[in-house]
Formats: sequence, structure tokens, C-alpha cells
Amino acid sequence: MRMTRPIALIAALAMTLAACGDDVAEPDPDINDQVDDDGDEAIADEPDDATDDATVDEEPGDTVTLLTHDSFDVSEDVLDAFTDDTGIDVEVVPLGDAGTALNQTILTADAPQGDLLFGVDNTFLSRALDEDIFAAYESPALEDVDPDLILDDEHRATPIDRGDVCLNYDVAYFDDADVDVPDGLDDLTDPAYQGLLGVTNPATSSPGLAFLLATIETFGEDGYLDFWEQLVDNDVIVTDGWSEVYYDEFSATGEGDRPLVVSYASSPPAEVLFAEDELDEAPTGVIEASCFRQIEFVGILDGAENPVGAERLVDFMLSETFQEDIPLTMFVFPANQQAQLPEVFEEFAVLPDDPLEIDHEVIGERREEWIEAWTSTVLR
Amino acid sequence: MPHGAPLELTGVTVTYGPYDAVRDLDLRANAGEVLCVLGPSGCGKSTLLRAVAGLEPSRTGTIRLDDRQLDGLRPDQRDVGLMFQDHALFPHRTVADNVAFGPRMRGLDRRSVADRVDDALRLVDLTDLAGRRITELSGGEQQRVALARAVAPRPKLLMLDEPLGSLDRALQARLLDDLTRVFSELGTTVLHVTHDQQEALAVADRVAVMRAGRVEQLGSPDELWRGPRTAFVARFLGLEHVVRLTVRDGVADSPWGPLAVPGTRDGDHDVVLLPEALRVIDAGEPRRDDELAVTGRIVGRRFAGDHLRVTVDPGTGPTLTVPVWRGSVPEPGSDLELALDPQAARILEPETTTRSTR
Amino acid sequence: MSATGRRQRRGAGLALLAVPVVFLAIFFVWPVGTIFATGFAPDGDLELGVVGRVIGDPAVRSVAWFTLWQAAASTALTLLVGLPGAYALARMEFRGRSLLQAGVTIPFVLPTVVVGSAFLALLGPRSPINTALTTVLGDAAPTLDLRRTVVAILVAHVFFNYAVVVRTVGGLWSLLDPRLEDAARVLGASRWRAFREVSLPLLRPAIASAAAIVFLFTFTSFGVVLILGGPGRATIEVEIHRATTQLLDLPLASALAVLQLIAVLASLLVYGRLQRRAPTQPLVGATTTRRPPRSAGERWFLRGNLVVVAALLASPLLVLVERSLTTADGYGLANWRALLTDDRATVLAVPAGEAVRNSLLFGLSATLIALVVGGLAATAATSRDGRLSRIVDRGLMVPLGTSAVTIGFGFLIALDRPPLDLRGSPLLVPIAQALIATPFVVRTLLPVLRSIDERLRDAAAVLGASPRRIWREVDLPIVGRAALVAAGFSFAIAVGEFGATVFVARANLPTMPVAIFRLLGRPGVANFGQAMAMSTLLMVVTASAILAIDRLRVGQVGRF
Repeated sequence: MRMTRPIALIAALAMTLAACGDDVAEPDPDINDQVDDDGDEAIADEPDDATDDATVDEEPGDTVTLLTHDSFDVSEDVLDAFTDDTGIDVEVVPLGDAGTALNQTILTADAPQGDLLFGVDNTFLSRALDEDIFAAYESPALEDVDPDLILDDEHRATPIDRGDVCLNYDVAYFDDADVDVPDGLDDLTDPAYQGLLGVTNPATSSPGLAFLLATIETFGEDGYLDFWEQLVDNDVIVTDGWSEVYYDEFSATGEGDRPLVVSYASSPPAEVLFAEDELDEAPTGVIEASCFRQIEFVGILDGAENPVGAERLVDFMLSETFQEDIPLTMFVFPANQQAQLPEVFEEFAVLPDDPLEIDHEVIGERREEWIEAWTSTVLR
Repeated sequence: MPHGAPLELTGVTVTYGPYDAVRDLDLRANAGEVLCVLGPSGCGKSTLLRAVAGLEPSRTGTIRLDDRQLDGLRPDQRDVGLMFQDHALFPHRTVADNVAFGPRMRGLDRRSVADRVDDALRLVDLTDLAGRRITELSGGEQQRVALARAVAPRPKLLMLDEPLGSLDRALQARLLDDLTRVFSELGTTVLHVTHDQQEALAVADRVAVMRAGRVEQLGSPDELWRGPRTAFVARFLGLEHVVRLTVRDGVADSPWGPLAVPGTRDGDHDVVLLPEALRVIDAGEPRRDDELAVTGRIVGRRFAGDHLRVTVDPGTGPTLTVPVWRGSVPEPGSDLELALDPQAARILEPETTTRSTR
Repeated sequence: MSATGRRQRRGAGLALLAVPVVFLAIFFVWPVGTIFATGFAPDGDLELGVVGRVIGDPAVRSVAWFTLWQAAASTALTLLVGLPGAYALARMEFRGRSLLQAGVTIPFVLPTVVVGSAFLALLGPRSPINTALTTVLGDAAPTLDLRRTVVAILVAHVFFNYAVVVRTVGGLWSLLDPRLEDAARVLGASRWRAFREVSLPLLRPAIASAAAIVFLFTFTSFGVVLILGGPGRATIEVEIHRATTQLLDLPLASALAVLQLIAVLASLLVYGRLQRRAPTQPLVGATTTRRPPRSAGERWFLRGNLVVVAALLASPLLVLVERSLTTADGYGLANWRALLTDDRATVLAVPAGEAVRNSLLFGLSATLIALVVGGLAATAATSRDGRLSRIVDRGLMVPLGTSAVTIGFGFLIALDRPPLDLRGSPLLVPIAQALIATPFVVRTLLPVLRSIDERLRDAAAVLGASPRRIWREVDLPIVGRAALVAAGFSFAIAVGEFGATVFVARANLPTMPVAIFRLLGRPGVANFGQAMAMSTLLMVVTASAILAIDRLRVGQVGRF
């Protein structure tokens, strides 16, 4: 059978991923075994503990239903591994974009559509917590997770991944152009960058909101609207969704003519992964100073039909099996520090150590107000 | 009322789909004349009207009205009136609005338009129905509205396409009188198309019998009736008795005896017996010397109102049908004696025309 | 037929009406009502203050004003472009006419998610227009960039709704006696005057219907406004979506949805009025009114229309095809091979074959539901031409003008407990699709059912057929072909439906539009290429359905 390029690439990547393990100086020599073992451990042991702790006589049901946003994805054999180990089938239900998924879950809280919701990020976390849709669960697997990512002390929301939002730039454009790649956000108001930037609407797009927050954190509540006014003068383009700015405006990926757009820290490795020809260098790059930390959480729904199964799934989602799969399916960085990054991420992805951040409770209180002010400044 | 203008068609060919519906046609209607185009359906007579109206382009030839060349002019520039088959009245307008349409298009002021409408409606005796909707009218009323609409702009040429086509016989007879009256009142040139020979003979000054895109014969009703040129014309005028006879030395050898046809060359010819050629001989009634005696058995009879049409089989040759006007009803199966007047037999020209595909 | 027979038929009509009424009640009124109840009475007490607040809000007013005027402008523009097209397709015979007639319907059934980006490419700085300008004028050429402008919205609205005008108006036009215009011409009217004074008034009911429907669709426009209008512009529908999915402000969303519903009901009311006032007129067979263009003017008119169709309708579709064939090394089939063979083995990755299969299965189920519901509604309407069946007939059209997000969320909130616990049920997809497809079924079947000569039924009754037997022996054979046509059109609509489907589609059973949406949601050139290939595939499937039904030549499909 002839393999097409993407398949060949993925196969190659899978092999590199496997081979990667050998280079890592971990106690266990075979990364594959280790992954499986850890997975097994997490699944076989921890949920049992949880069962013992919480609901002694309750057996997990046959199916656990995971509600999520449309960008969620995971390899089929990874979920099969969970099913093999626990006997629990996972049904994945995408509910639209992140905001829609959360709101839909809140509206149907009386008769939940599933057992867990994945995909609430730190910009919307407070709404989920205020609406009390999650039941607390402290997964034992949290011990491997970067403590910076754990935002809810009651563990109603468990961090699964980091997908920082950053400005991406078109490498080829800046190689040829007279201007340099901007160092930071304040460069963008320079007339040299006139007509080069494309962003998304914070009211309708989650990376758009993250980028707005990045500007608020950088310039302060007193300064960010001035900055945006200057961006408008500098001919910034605003689209409603990420795919429009990325495919229709970005000069590196489509027919657009903007060499600077809002996207993710993981977009460059994705471009390498899905390129038609093998690339030595990513066609796009990330401006680190513009990155805003986006953390995605999973939470067990209050009133879930299969809370035990849900807890096991949370544990599994923090396991290295799952965590090492999601970079290549969702283009995010794992929350589990033990998880190995695929080579294409190691090589082409930039994850800033100290991205811009705003406390999720503050975001929750001010979000609508900020978006409204932004809308008045930029769109009206 | 203005007088009509002469219409002259020279070498006109009109293509409709794959056919030449009208082929190299020459036709002239004199000013104020009622010219009837008579022919079976599909002979091209409607297409002819549409070509004169400018609704179909003619491929060759010229059309002149009142010495003005019409070719290349749009329908609205030709100053002709056309009454469509099935009338084509505007269903969303009232009677008066339909009639007012033409005068309005000619840019007349409101007052003059109203006058024209009154005149036209009075002409067809429909003044009372001015405010009615078209859908509320009977077939005869619609026909009269269509006529009023066509004449209201006072065109130099009025054309009518099967104006009585869809009406019942009684109405047809009444409207036929109306038409004749209106034509004479207007004095305009009229080009009248029909497939009904009675209608044509009744209203026309001259009749053009049309076949397969061409005029087969042109003449006054009387000329046509007395001297049909071909078997087609004869049959289309309703002359039933057309037979093929062999002529030798000026005498046709007919099943009923020798017919003198002086001046006819030898060979096979179609011969038509005009209606007055046959009459019933009552018992004891004398027969003229030049008449041929034909006796045959009655094989059918048909009631035709004021007379009976009786069909007789003379034993040799085709059956003959004669009108019987008297009260005594001949019984089928009995014999009937006829007299045949050779003077009323006409030699016809051979037919050659057939429809050609382009 | 005897009086008892008629009464029986009326009784039967009432019984038939029950199915569509129940369908509408459960799957439209109940879900939307639940949303309104949640919005207006969050704690059980009715609070209508929000309506006043919303209406008084200047921001909402400006959105409502924009919604109204862009819909009016879109409708006017669609009529302006569509009427000549309707004439050309209804009255002129030329090679490829029936193919073209099917072709112009494709945009109508395509989801905006598929076509949006093609439009951006055509209206952006690198469009063929700009390339042409640069070729002619050199570097000094002005760059035409219509992205994020009202013009882009209007052009896209014409693209999507052209078929409504062509089919609705053209359908009547082809049955209008051409001699009426001839008569006007001979009476001295110019071509334009003859159209204005004769054809236009006679076509008015069809034009008004088309206008009402286009207005309905553009007033509730969502994807087009989002993608092409840019973030500065919003219709009420966009605001409902934002209030529901982003702000979680159900009172606001409900108030806006009520506002929209009022506008929709008003336009349906106008539509109904105009339908009833349609003058009876002599209609003739469509084949007799069509003829090849005769004069040079007519040939230019036809060419002009073909250019419009090519530029406005064909070019965005061709962009999709072109992009599906674009690879890093020029043109090739790489995207197609990847789409058809790539098994990425992730949960949400959709193998092409599977998406096609799901679309076909859901489409067929939706078609079945729509045929049953719409067929019964149409049958009831013919056997019982009272107010009730008219109300049901119009009622079935309301979902077309109701915000997809309201219906989608309504489904989730209302249908989540016994006896109607449809949470996670794959049935929700065809039901949502059928809700959109049913009005088209009714509109297709009703004229045919009404055209059946009552004497045929009477003859069958006199010969001893029971009412059911009459339906089977008389109505069904005549309606059969129309039903096939309705089925084909419902199918095309169901396959292309996205707005409501995306809310209820399950992860493991994605349809083609959902798969396209997912592919577009990921970075990587290959994903984009595959999305384009999938879009082309969707186009082919819907086009095949449309083409198949146009072969049946019932001539009523897509007419309102």
C-alpha cells in the first residue's frame, strides 16, 4: 500500500517519539513500556483508591461521556488503551467552540449531557466555577503537574494542557523585508508594521481574548486602549475566528498578506508536521513577548451519571499516555511535567517560561467590561 | 375613422424552429380590403401574422405597409393591430384597462384615451362591461374585448388570428356578423387568419388559401368557390367530390359516363364536382339532355337542420352526397336517382408542393 | 363526491394535520419556548423588563437597523440580479440550460462555512479582479479589497439566494403565456414597458414570495455576516449567537430572538397575503414558452446572464475545487489522496468515507422525516383548505427564520428528560435537518396536489374507491414524481445543513459539513487542502441530488 506524505510523516514521528525515549536519561530504559506502565498504574491503581475513598460500593458504569470543544482530539488507540484497562468506553461529544461548550454545559446543568467537560480555559474558568457545574476531585496524578497550572484550590477544575497564545510571524516575509521581526507588543504601533498585523475578535474567539488580555497585562488597564487605538491607526485587521485569520489573512499559510497574526505557540510545529514536504525549519515563528498563558481544564460535572468512571478518565488524561499524545492531536503542551514532548515540538515549538498572565478571578470579573471597551475602541 | 393602408409582402420567408413556416411568400392586401388567409393548422398562417407584427423575424423578403418598409422595426413601431388566438387579454386588468393599453402606449392624453376606449367598446357593444375583470367575462365577451383592444389604437392594419376559434357555433354566427359590421365601419385593412372556410368566405373581400408556407390560391370567395385551382383548395373549401379521372381527346372517362372537358390535355387529372353539379330527380321529373343520370342505393343520411345530407352509392366510383330539402325522407337501402351536370365539373391543377425541411 | 364523502375527507385531513402539528410542537415550539422561558423567567417569575431594556439599547437598535437594511438591500440586489436570470432560464432555450438550472441551486444548499473562505479569496487583494487590474494598469492599479465590507455581505447573499429567485419567479414565468407580452408589444409597448406593465404584475406574487424568502434568509444571516462582514458588523442572529454562546446572557438572547421572530413572522405574513392574492391566470406548458434567443439583443442578454452566473456563482465554487487541487508543488491530487486514504486514528479525525456515509444516512433519514411530515401537511392542506392548514403551512416555515443557536440550545435544554430524553441521540441530527427541509417539501408538493383534477377523485369514488384507495390510486401516482423531487431537494438541504447540525452532531457521527469545519479548525496546509477537497465532495453530492431531481422536470422544486 502506498502511504501518502502525512501518513508517512506521522508514522515517522511516531517512531521518533518512541525512539526519543532512549535518549532520555530516565530510570526506565524503554519509554514505550514506561508509558504503558504509567498508564496502567494510573488507571489500575488510582481510581481504585478514589473508589475506596469516596463511593465504596459503587462500580464505574460502562461508558463515560466527555463533553468538550471542537478542537479536542486524541488518538484512537490512546482511548482504546483506557478502555482496555478499565472496561469503560469513552464517548467524546464536541459541543462547538470553547465558549459554546461551556455555556451549553451550564444551561443543561440540571440534566447534564455527559460526565465531564474538557476545554474550559483560564479565561473562562471563573464562570464555570461561579456556576458550580463541577464536582471537586483531586487526582493523585496532579503531583506530576506544574503547580503553576493548578488554579482552583478545591480541585474542581484539573489542568490538562497549556496552549499559549502568541503572535506568529511569517519567517520568509521577514527574511526578505526591510523590517525585523518585532521584539514585543509595543513595536506593533511602529508605522514600519503598518498593515502587517491580523488579530481575532475577543468577543468571539478564545485566542482573541487571550491576546487582548496580553495587551492589558503589558500596558495596564490605563494603557491598553491607547495601544489598541494605535493598532487601529496602524491598520490592524480583525477577524471573528482563528481559522479566518490563520488561513485567510496569514501570508505564511494561505493567500493572505499579513505576516503577523494571533495564533498559538504550537502553530509552528503544526506547520512542520502537516507540511507537504519535509521541512528543516518552521515556516512560521513565535514572538515570545506576546505570549499569554492559556491553560485548559477538565472538570467532573455535578450530577454526572458515572462519577467514578469520570474520575478514572481525569486520572488517565493526566497520565503520560494521554499527555504525550495531545501535542500532536491538539497542538498544546502537556501539563504533566513527566510527559515527553514529540521531537517536532522539541525542535520547532517555543514555550515561554514566563508568559503573560492575569488571575482567572480578575478575568472573570472584568472580562465583559474589557471586551465591551475593546469593541467600542476597535470596532465602532 | 382612418382608412387602411395597403400591405405588401414580397418573397417573405420566416423560419420557425427547423422549418420554414412561411416560404418565399408574395401577398398584397389593398387599402381597406379584408383579406382572409385560410389554411389548415400548421400551414404558417399564424407565423405570417407574427412576422408582419414583428414578433418573428423574417429571414428573407420585405414587408411594406403604406409604402413604409417594416423589416427591422420593433413590434411597437409598426402601427399594426393583432388580435391573438385565444385573445391573450391581460388577466390583471379590467376590460377598460385592456382596451386603453394601446392608446396609452401611443402617448395619448388621458382624455383621448378615454374617448378611444368608449369608441372601441361601443363598436363591440360592451360599454356596460368596462369595469369588469377579464376573468369574469364569457368567451364571447372576451372575444369582443380582444377586438376592441386591437382596434382602439386605430392601427393602419388590423390582423386577426382565428378570432372565432374557441367559441360555440351560435356565438360564431353572431360574432361573424359583428366582425363584418366592424370591418366595414372601420374601413381599415384587415388580415384575417382562419381555418374555417365558412368564416373566411363570409367576411373576406379576397381569400388566400395557404398551404405549407405558400399561397395556393388567391381570389374572391366567389372565384375560389367556382374555380378551385387544386384538389387541396377544393377539399379545404369543403367540396367533397374530388375524383381522379383519365382524359382523352377532351373527354373525361368518369364512372358516371363521359364528361366533356374541352381543352384539357390527355392524361390523369383531378376533377372536382361543384355542389350544384348534383341534384335529386324525383319520380317523373324531367332531366336535361346534357345531364348524366346516376342511380344509386342510399347508404347513409345525416340530419343537417333545414336539410338532409344523403349519401348514395352508385355502384361504380366513389359515393356521392347530395342535399335533400323536401319533406319526404328517403329510407336507407332504397334507390335514389340523381342528375349530374357536366358543366359543374372542374379540372384541377396537379399538386406539387410539399413541406420541406431546411 | 357525496357530502358524507367530503366530510370524511375533511376528518381525515384533520387527522393528517396531527402529525405535522405534533412534530412542530415537540421539535420547534417546545425547545424554543423552553429557551424563552429560561430567558424571561429564570426563577419562575416572568420578567419582561429585559425586552424593553433591549429595545431601548442604542447598540441593539443599531444592530437591528443594520440587520434590517442589509436584508432589504440584499433582497433588492438578489431580485435585480436574479430576475434577468429567471427570465433567461425560464424563457430561453440554449445548450446546457437544464444543467445550469441545476447548477445555480448548488450555492443555496451549501453551508457558509464551505464557501466563506472562497469568497474572501475572490474579494481580497489577490483576487482575479486585482490580477487583471494589475495586468492592464501596471503597478499603479488600485487594489480592490472588499473583505469585511457590506458589499461582501451583499454579494454573498446574492450568491446564496440567486436560486430562490430563479426558481420561484422562473417557475411561474415559464408558465406565463408569452403572447401576453407579444400583445403588449403589438399595442405599442416597448420591451421594457411590456415587461413592466404586463409580466411584472403577473409575476408579482412569485416575486413577492421570492423576496419574502430571501428577506427571511438574509435577515437571519449568520455565517456570511461573521466571515465576510468582519467583526464590526453583526445581525440580530449574530448577536443572539454571541449572547448565548459567549456571554451566557439568556435574557438578552431571548429578547433578541423574540425581536427576530417578530420580523420573521411579519415577513411570512406578508408572504401569505401575497400568495392568496395571486390572480388566476391562463398558464401554459413550460416547454412551449421556451425558445432559442432570436435577436442579437436576446443573445447578448443571455450572454450577460451567463457572465453573471459565472462570475457570481461559479467562481467561488471553482475556487474551492482549485484549492482542493493546490499542493506545494503546483496542482495535484495530494489533498484528495490524503482525504480518501488518511486514517489519522484520532477520535475526532474524520475519514472521508465515514463523513460521506454519515451525511448520506442522516440525509436520507431527514428526507424520510421531512417527506412524512411535509407530505401529510400538504395532503391535509389540499383536502382541507381552512385556516388551520394555512397556519400549519406557514408554521412549518418559521424554523427557517429562527436562529439556529436558539433551536440548537432549545433541543438540548428541552429534550433532556423522559419521556423525551434525546440526549446524545443520533436522531437529533436528522430531526434538526428535517425541520429545515420540511417547508421545501410542502412547497414542492402543495401545487402538484392542488393541481390534481378533483373530478379524477370523484370518478374514482363513483367507481367504488374508498378515500384511502383514492389516495393510493389517484393522488400517489401523480404526486409520486413530485415526492421524488421533494425528497431530492430535502436530501440536498439536509446534507448541506450546518448551523443546527453542529449543535447536535455527535463526535463519532460527523457529517461532511462538520468534518469540513473540524478540518478548518486546525493549523497546517494539508488540513486546509483536505477541507477544500471535502468541500468539493460535498458540492458534488448536493449537485448530484439537485441534478437528479431536475431530470424529473416537475418544475416546482425550490419554489415558494
